[in-house]
Amino acid sequence: MQIDWQHFTPWSALAGGVLIGLSAGLFALLAGRIAGISGIVGGLFRIPMASSNHWRWAFVGGLIVAALIWRLTSSPPAFALSASLPQSIAAGLLVGLGTRYANGCTSGHGVCGLARFSVRSLAAVLAFMAAGFITVYLLRHVAA
Amino acid sequence: MRNLIAALAGLIFGLGLILSGMSNPAKVQGFLDLAGQWDPSLALVMAGAIAAATPLFMLARRRERALLTHEPMSLPTSQRIDRQLLLGSVAFGIGWGLAGICPGPAIVAAGLGKVAILPFLLAMLVGMALHARMTGSRSPQ
Repeated sequence: MQIDWQHFTPWSALAGGVLIGLSAGLFALLAGRIAGISGIVGGLFRIPMASSNHWRWAFVGGLIVAALIWRLTSSPPAFALSASLPQSIAAGLLVGLGTRYANGCTSGHGVCGLARFSVRSLAAVLAFMAAGFITVYLLRHVAA
Repeated sequence: MRNLIAALAGLIFGLGLILSGMSNPAKVQGFLDLAGQWDPSLALVMAGAIAAATPLFMLARRRERALLTHEPMSLPTSQRIDRQLLLGSVAFGIGWGLAGICPGPAIVAAGLGKVAILPFLLAMLVGMALHARMTGSRSPQ
């Protein structure tokens, strides 16, 4: 392992993480709910439909408005997607199905779950981190 | 009130995702690439997020009703570690590694105008809709 000092951004990573944690923690305290993105978005497809999904749309709207505010006020953030079209589609399906079966993703299990000391979430985080490390290893060091 | 809090939480969450670099798939894959040039940034994103969220969750867990909406708390109680949790998480992790994106950053990247994210985002929504169809009303969450 070699640390990529050129791309390492400790301060913006920490500060961004604190914002994410504040948002999730305040949402739990003030609204009593988990700020897990896959659960919030996936709940929109629930059968039968929930009586009120407005708060889910409001949360997703907040995410999009954040991006719009960033575009208006700051320089464009770095963005590079290396996945091909078939890889993107396969990855999207896996992320959509997987997070719903697991009842959470990086936000629901990773941030909220670990902040609640949930053993169930810790198991989920270990499983998806291990799968992520192995997938990138195969992608970059075996298949390439 | 609930909708206003959700919108503000989404806004802060989204700014955090962009500032932290999570909305950049290359940075996420740089973190997942332990055998290559490893970018540890995302470990600090998680550390910062958990450090900020933990005291607030400790306060939240003591309550029966939410502080501002006064609705009953809707926080998970399950501690069950089963096949659904583990296989679902492994599937998620494979997709996360393949593209370098998880659900929140996919939405934020679309908001940033990154058209390249749309196939992933649409496929993710299809996956979520498929899950809803397959499990129907049996799904508790």
